[in-house]
Amino acid sequence: MNEIWAGMLEAFRLIVTLDGDLVEITLRSLQVSLSALVIACGVALPLGTWLAIRRFRYRRAAIATLNALMGLPPVVVGLIVYLLLSRSGPFGVLGLLFTPTAMIIAQVVIITPLIASITHQAMRELWAEYHDLLISLNTSSRQRVVTLIWDGRRALLTGALAGFGRAIGEVGAIMIVGGNIDHATRVLTTAIALETGKGDFALALGLGFVLIALALIVNFAIHTLSRTEREGTW
Amino acid sequence: MVGPSVELREVCVTRRGKAILGPITLTLGGSGFTIVLGPNGAGKTTLLKVLHGVERVSSGTVAWSSGDAAARQEQAYVFQRPIMLRRSVRQNLAYPLQLLGMPKAEIAGKVVDWAARIGLEEMLDRPAPRLSGGEKQKLALGRALIRAPRVLFLDEPCANLDGRSTREIEAVLQAAHAGGTRIVMTTHDLGQARRLATDVVFVLNGRLHEQGGAPGVFEGPQTAEAAAFFQGDIVE
Ligand SMILES: Nc1ncnc2c1ncn2[C@@H]1O[C@H](COP(=O)(O)OP(=O)(O)OP(=O)(O)O)[C@@H](O)[C@H]1O
Ligand SMILES: [Mg+2]
Repeated sequence: MNEIWAGMLEAFRLIVTLDGDLVEITLRSLQVSLSALVIACGVALPLGTWLAIRRFRYRRAAIATLNALMGLPPVVVGLIVYLLLSRSGPFGVLGLLFTPTAMIIAQVVIITPLIASITHQAMRELWAEYHDLLISLNTSSRQRVVTLIWDGRRALLTGALAGFGRAIGEVGAIMIVGGNIDHATRVLTTAIALETGKGDFALALGLGFVLIALALIVNFAIHTLSRTEREGTW
Repeated sequence: MVGPSVELREVCVTRRGKAILGPITLTLGGSGFTIVLGPNGAGKTTLLKVLHGVERVSSGTVAWSSGDAAARQEQAYVFQRPIMLRRSVRQNLAYPLQLLGMPKAEIAGKVVDWAARIGLEEMLDRPAPRLSGGEKQKLALGRALIRAPRVLFLDEPCANLDGRSTREIEAVLQAAHAGGTRIVMTTHDLGQARRLATDVVFVLNGRLHEQGGAPGVFEGPQTAEAAAFFQGDIVE
């Protein structure tokens, strides 16, 4: 019990004094997950919107695939990305394994289906609501997409936040492809796993508090967004 | 000034194997205030949507004198259930003009002007989805007229309005009509039909049962069903 209390106190000290390791690891986590988020949104937002408003032959199959990909275990994603990037893999020559780039790739694969699926859901609802009006006003397809994305922006932001939350808290995949190398690929979740294993609870707890704070901020933002949507405060 | 006219030839609309409209053959001239009458489920909404080109026809042809591409651009439609953009009243009114790429200052002026005409000038910054049913209908009407359409379709625009609002809206519609807008409107209010119509189309079970100029058509309808309906009897 004493050991845990001592760890807690030390953890607070690390946070308050902005300990070098703690800051470095936190910043790397943010850098990796935010990069993954930007890339994933670049793919998922147009994809989800397109699936919602376009009728085409394999639309149902595409949506089913998307939902299946959403359930993919991160560890398996890590394994596949590892195999693709490893020296003997098809992209081995790029030498990306055990770099932050490899971690970004893994996180993009994990969160893109999630964000695309949330986008699709929201855009489908909005499109059903707006369909007749937008057709009646003779809008071009570009004008339709712009209108839907703008008026659905809260839902899209919620999807993006959910994706970020998943990325920042993920450990299995980035452990495999990043390797948790000190000063190179060590991020919040992998560092917690490692330090706990080593019995260094202070740093693990300090990093844990940072992670919890980030998760709380994300959830609070999602909650606030859905409240402004419900109450119609524009 | 005569606007575009339209000709429907043997138009049928089928949904899920069920015929919901037609076959209908009908010509509407380039001017006038046409009232479409008929009981619930007669096919009034379907007919208006077919005319506007937002409902797919299963067979037959719809031909606007101005050509298909130009037709919808110069028309406006007020839906039976008002569709509100998730934006403020001001932005809802501005939207059709923004689509045309009109300068901001010009849009702002028109928006204020139309908000006053439909009695929503106090509510410009309220979110449109939060308006009452009647306020939504007024907003939908203002948003339709703000582009000064040559043809205006209205699907029961006064359904949720009280007596005073109905009078105000009728005045707005008559002003638009006097200004050269061709109007096609459905209503369940026979008094309103008599007040506004220059001609009447009566549909029943998806078929055209009567078409004629007002007030003559109210006095001497050709079919027994129309005669009964105009008297306020229930027809099926
Ligand atoms: N998408 C659809 N699928 C199946 N049936 C439909 C569809 N749309 C309309 N109908 C049916 O077609 C018929 C005509 O509908 P329509 O909405 O045109 O009637 P209406 O005259 O406008 O009635 P109301 O006075 O109630 O507005 C109704 O029986 C309706 O149930
Ligand atoms: Mg109707």
